Amino acid sequence: MSMKCDVVVVGAGPGGSMAAKAAAQAGLRVALLEKRQEVGDPVRCAEGVGKRVLSQMVKPEPEWIAAEVKGARIYAPDGTSIVMSEDKGGAEVGYVLERKVFDRGLAMEAARAGAHVMVKTRAIGLLKKDGAPCGVSAMRIGEPLEIEAPIVIGADGVESKVGRWAGIDTTLKLKDIETCAQFLVTDTRVDDQYCEFFLGNSIAPGGYVWSFPKGEKLANVGLGILGSRSKPGEATRLLGEFMRSHFPNGKVLEMVVGGDPCAGPIESATADGVMLVGDAARQTDPLTGGGILTAMQAGMIAGEVAAKAISSGDVSREGLKEYEDRWRSDIGKGLARSYEFKEFFVKLTDEDLNQLIGSLKREDIAKMDLRGMLRVLFRLNPRLLWELRHLVV
Amino acid sequence: MLTVNRYKCCYCGACVGVCPTCALELVETFIEVSADCKECGICTKICPVGALEVKA
Repeated sequence: MSMKCDVVVVGAGPGGSMAAKAAAQAGLRVALLEKRQEVGDPVRCAEGVGKRVLSQMVKPEPEWIAAEVKGARIYAPDGTSIVMSEDKGGAEVGYVLERKVFDRGLAMEAARAGAHVMVKTRAIGLLKKDGAPCGVSAMRIGEPLEIEAPIVIGADGVESKVGRWAGIDTTLKLKDIETCAQFLVTDTRVDDQYCEFFLGNSIAPGGYVWSFPKGEKLANVGLGILGSRSKPGEATRLLGEFMRSHFPNGKVLEMVVGGDPCAGPIESATADGVMLVGDAARQTDPLTGGGILTAMQAGMIAGEVAAKAISSGDVSREGLKEYEDRWRSDIGKGLARSYEFKEFFVKLTDEDLNQLIGSLKREDIAKMDLRGMLRVLFRLNPRLLWELRHLVV
Repeated sequence: MLTVNRYKCCYCGACVGVCPTCALELVETFIEVSADCKECGICTKICPVGALEVKA
């Protein structure tokens, strides 16, 4: 079996669906492939997003949203906590989504814009002509299928195979991946108002524990640990420990695991006939692990650039340069800054973390944004944060 | 050889992303290991549930 189109998008997560929608809206014939039987399931995510940026890109449907929060509360290893309000708390809090519904909603928007959505269809390699990609070979419900298309958008998540087939090295080093485990927990101890973050080298080495509320006394309680400090099964084991100490009576309704890139911007997200978006392009924020919005932003850009490249007839890497330039200027700088913060953060001892969070206890940070808070932190802890001085000013 | 305990695996694909030889593939609900696997064991370290093991 074979078919032809202008763009084939591999992966129907938020990045892929936004790319497919943008390309279809621009008049292209688009195939959107999802290897699973169901878009959005199983979830591999803590589901927190910022309200403002999300609303700039799509109209959030009420059924996408499990809960709205007032802000973020961050706990030091010694139990001291500080609170950041939602509108200043950075991009990761505001809404806690129901990803199964949200992802399906975005795929539906792509379908309604004209994209041909194909589930249980897995890309297994790139088609090549004179060495340049010209589509994908796939397995559709167990049968081979060739899809010819001048442009392939790889939105294939942490696995990121499209990129590697196209010669882009997206392999994650152990120090550049967070390995994560999460339970959907119901417990009277859940804080329904705030996204909570717990720091500490014994509870989550090189990462953090989170509790993101999803409605009445229900929350995603999970953790990520740095790959280089992990061992087999460690993420799940540590989550069990955290549950025993913080939610001893919690009931677990769902189990979620996954790998989250924290690599910072990759050298190139394009090759001849290929663009990578979202986790596949390692566009996840390395400090917070948040990657929904950056994937959507990059996906929209990729879809638009695909339309321009198809109409100009130049789908070479050079012809796709606008995608490279735009994602770097829109989200790449932020990712690079977060990467530096992450590289610093993972070195901190529990005493350092206690000192930093403790120093903010007497400051009025509720109305500060992350940048403002960093400036205060730097003023109060110049010696500890000296390495970061170039990021603070 | 690299073994995948299918009863433990939660098919998240984290192992696929770190494999230096691109030898792993997540097929919906199971991991396939190709002949390119060099048994380096990197994937076993980050498996959140400990489903991967290099056995002699």
